[in-house]
Amino acid sequence: MTVIIDTGCANLASVRFALQRLGDHPLISADPAAILSADRVILPGVGAAQAAMTQLEQRELLSVLHKIEQPLLGICLGMQLLGASSEEGAAPDNPIRLPNLLPLHTARLKADGQPLPHMGWNTITPTEHPLFAGVVAGDYLYFVHSYGIAEGPLTLASCTYGSPFSAAVGRGNIMGVQFHPERSGAVGARILKNFLEYPA
Amino acid sequence: MLAKRIIPCLDVKAGQVVKGVQFRNHEIIGDIVPLAARYAAEGADELVFYDITASADGRTVDKSWVSRVAERLDIPFCVAGGIQSIDDAQQILADGADKISVNSPALSDPSLIDRLNDRFGRQCVVVGIDSWYDADSGRYRVKQFTGSEASTRDTGLDTLEWCQTAIARGAGEIVLNVMNQDGVRQGYDIAQLKAVREVCSVPLIASGGAGTPQHFAEVFQQARVDGALAASVFHKGIIPIPELKQFLLEQQVVVRP
Repeated sequence: MTVIIDTGCANLASVRFALQRLGDHPLISADPAAILSADRVILPGVGAAQAAMTQLEQRELLSVLHKIEQPLLGICLGMQLLGASSEEGAAPDNPIRLPNLLPLHTARLKADGQPLPHMGWNTITPTEHPLFAGVVAGDYLYFVHSYGIAEGPLTLASCTYGSPFSAAVGRGNIMGVQFHPERSGAVGARILKNFLEYPA
Repeated sequence: MLAKRIIPCLDVKAGQVVKGVQFRNHEIIGDIVPLAARYAAEGADELVFYDITASADGRTVDKSWVSRVAERLDIPFCVAGGIQSIDDAQQILADGADKISVNSPALSDPSLIDRLNDRFGRQCVVVGIDSWYDADSGRYRVKQFTGSEASTRDTGLDTLEWCQTAIARGAGEIVLNVMNQDGVRQGYDIAQLKAVREVCSVPLIASGGAGTPQHFAEVFQQARVDGALAASVFHKGIIPIPELKQFLLEQQVVVRP
């Protein structure tokens, strides 16, 4: 069973529908027991970091996140929530503190004068990682965001919009994608399928 | 590299896709879900669904089809038409829409844009602007309640100023629909879109006037818009999307093949 964490402020339905199109039957839940007994867990997210953190706190899910040992995939804001801090809606010298499953910092995209949010289909360059099996450099995925994570040792795939940033990050069982695989056509479906097949 | 987006617009009335000429004489094109799925399969980058009667009638959009579309579609889509409150938007986003677009209600109460941004984030909030070139004053002006000819009114607002106001309040994308050009397929209004592009720091989508593949190439190359929206040329099969994208690639416009 795949559990999609009910963050209250996320676009849960489209992630659920995307998994259903792959033949999976996910459960949307905020129940710690359901989350911790899942085969794999997805942390979706749209909206602002602070609002999402408030939801996670109110639902007492922050400690649950740290206990997840199954494959965990954060999507969009859900990827940023895996990190340690975010500048979104905060002063750069006083960022919002995040759950810190991975040592990552979210900052405003350096778009070099191009419109923000970075919205639309952009190409990625994946690394050799099971999440990107069958995905090649130049494949298009759908992005919608104004904040992102710089490239670093945990980058699993790169994208460029003005400057390079992490299209995906991960370490061990914890993975995150900045794009929306649930809205990225056949390539996105392949990435979700790879996650469903990721060894638990 | 970020691709330019090709966005079929499906005008929805009573659960059917319709399209009229300059907002009149609506003819039924077909059922929503199969049309949406067909566009996605053909390579559309995104879809917009406008309930064109909603604002004029003071109703909210009929939501029953949103989750049916979300269930089937694997590309992003935006829902517009009569979204007047946070609750309206909440339901549509919960049903699986990626973005909501506000037009007339945001003109009546601009704080709606702030509230939508606060609750859902800028990336969900599209502001649609129906703009009209007023030859007498030489200005671009905003119209409201354009769902029917009888209800349409001139707001007296300047299009460039309203665009900037909407962005300052939290719009994450602007769809500029040039009413003089709508449904007549004579090309996008490049001059107006260029003027709006200068003041628009968020993604800008051109709407109204597409008739040939060349029109798409021009609006991307000359007005530097992020996406181009069109309806009749796609519904009537005048421009197949795969051929359009092939043409744009040959013109060095970056599109998702």
